Amino acid sequence: MTQNKPAKGTNFLANLTRNQLFIPVAALLLLLVFNLIMDPNFFKITLDHNSVGDPVLSGFLITILDSGSELAILAIGMTLVTAATGGQDISVGAAIAISGSVLLRMLCGSNTRPETLLMPVLVAFVITCVVAMLFGAFNGVLVAVFQIQPMIATLILYTAGRSIAAWINNNELPIISEPSFGYYGGFIPGIPVPTPFFIAIICVILIALALKFTTLRLYTQAVGINEYSAKLNGLNPVFIKILSFVILGLCVAVVGLIKVSRFQTINYSVIAKDIEMDAILAVALGGNALSGGKFNMTASIIGAYVIQCLTTTLYKFNVQSDALPAYKAIVVIALVVLSAPIVREKLSALMPKPVAKEVA
Amino acid sequence: MSKKLKNMSDTNLLLSITIVVFFAMYLGAMIFQGAGFLKAQTFFNILNAQASLIILSCGMSLVMITGGIDISVGGVTALVSMCCAVYLDYQSGNVFVAVLIALLIGLTFGLVQGFLVAYLEIQPFIVSLAGMFFARGMTTIVNSNPFNVQNEAFVALKGTRIIIPGLGSVNKLGKYVNAYVEIGVIVALLVVILMFIILKWTKLGRSFYAVGGNSQSALMLGINVKRTKFLSHLICGFLAGVGGFVYFLHVGSGSASHASGAEMNAIASSIIGGTMLTGGVGNIIGTFFGVLSLSTIQNIVSSAGLDEPWWIGITIAAMLCLFLVVQSIVMTVRKKQTVQ
Repeated sequence: MTQNKPAKGTNFLANLTRNQLFIPVAALLLLLVFNLIMDPNFFKITLDHNSVGDPVLSGFLITILDSGSELAILAIGMTLVTAATGGQDISVGAAIAISGSVLLRMLCGSNTRPETLLMPVLVAFVITCVVAMLFGAFNGVLVAVFQIQPMIATLILYTAGRSIAAWINNNELPIISEPSFGYYGGFIPGIPVPTPFFIAIICVILIALALKFTTLRLYTQAVGINEYSAKLNGLNPVFIKILSFVILGLCVAVVGLIKVSRFQTINYSVIAKDIEMDAILAVALGGNALSGGKFNMTASIIGAYVIQCLTTTLYKFNVQSDALPAYKAIVVIALVVLSAPIVREKLSALMPKPVAKEVA
Repeated sequence: MSKKLKNMSDTNLLLSITIVVFFAMYLGAMIFQGAGFLKAQTFFNILNAQASLIILSCGMSLVMITGGIDISVGGVTALVSMCCAVYLDYQSGNVFVAVLIALLIGLTFGLVQGFLVAYLEIQPFIVSLAGMFFARGMTTIVNSNPFNVQNEAFVALKGTRIIIPGLGSVNKLGKYVNAYVEIGVIVALLVVILMFIILKWTKLGRSFYAVGGNSQSALMLGINVKRTKFLSHLICGFLAGVGGFVYFLHVGSGSASHASGAEMNAIASSIIGGTMLTGGVGNIIGTFFGVLSLSTIQNIVSSAGLDEPWWIGITIAAMLCLFLVVQSIVMTVRKKQTVQ
């Protein structure tokens, strides 16, 4: 950034734009202002009562909070994988299908219309976590031990995942009628805010504590920046990489629970479709280098909500769900072009005035 | 023997593994499943169905050899099918113009993605991810309902069969049926031969390997790295257009869900064919056999009575996993040998 005129205002702007949080927050504000101008109804939140009579909040902002939370949880794991390996996991959607399938199998057994659940949801969830972490470890071993590029290594699970998910339940679609199972992806009676938001907050707190009090951040970044020198410094890059995939597996299990709980059933080919793309976008939007190294978790999480905000905005303007990707693609291209180092250099060379910084 | 193996280039070693695996698989299928696989037409049917995938995979291999990746090819195929279908049916257009439209769409995607990757240095995965999103979305915007094309000239072209003499078989009614291939197969074979020649014997072709192998040393050799990368994406886009039209010629309809997962199949075929993702290693003949292996295993799985929907996905993934691990092990062992 240009520092020709060290006036107070310029410095402030320069610092602001250099902050990694600037792009996602600016994008979020831009989207909100756009919605405010086009239709202020976007911000309307109403307190309704659902079929059981519990109070629930509804409105576009609540939808963003609700679905964005799933994405935010995934973004946590995806950020770590991106930072440690310099690649992305494209199998999360398929892995969510597997976790959901395992969860239902545990709860229902071979009976597809159970009256009562076979075991407490918590126990089934723990088993699901273990399975999801094992699949994460599988990806991790391919990447770390066999040195296969992450996107290609996870292509294996991407291809097989939904098939495995269908296989686990014999291609049947169990439906759970127990209402308490719906709490995780819907509303807890008496609390009008969607539960996924609270789950996301718990995950964020956990990862914040882990980053603050353990060496996770330091080691992950070290491996991501230079694997060889990390190794020379006594770190174990293989372990760190596998660990990042296992943590992503944990995130996947949580999202699997939310997804299955929300619909009380599962559809193997549709559940969490294209969510891997959104999760990667959230990381990219957060200004994290997709080639690994340093990362900013907060920016990724905000990025996830921005992506969901964009999706909801597009839905609001009656864009068909199949046509949605075309608009997202334009936004993505605009974003990556603007954040490309070459373009940034050219821009700041062209316009050395503070105005340029807002463009960048 | 082991000395010979040591002296083989990486490309040839991986290529021979692929070809051996393919023939072993096909022979195994012939011996253990008999009947269907003994007919020449079974093989030609594989070619007919996979002609477009062969073309797409050639483009994919080229990009991968140069060290990039292009996951937009499946989306471009769907977009090409839909645009041509709409043009032919709603505008009652000319087939040749439809071909031009297909090539133009492919070239446009190649041009834009190549520019973004080569000259703005944005990661190819992200660029082509956006390309895939855009193509899929645009397909729905052009027309959201799947429909069959009724255009007479097109239907005639679609039905054209090239008879292969001497390889026919006698059907259940005792009638002799000629073996045939579709026009798409001829196009696919031409593309394979052309790409093989370009990659093997032209200066441009060798520079793709140089850039993929080590772009820094390629730059020092005086190769225009940016232009080479740009060209690889441009050719891949163009081939996606060609492959899209061949796909359209095979299915004869437009639909937003066409060629879903084609990009993953193309990547898988290239990998099975011995193209390394790290760049610099690969062979078009290998890619050709990669596509054949992939579809042979699908045929084996479905004719072995494992027709539950999940088996195909799982076997392809298992095969991909196997090849990736074998590649990785072979390369590690060879690296150690060179160090010694």
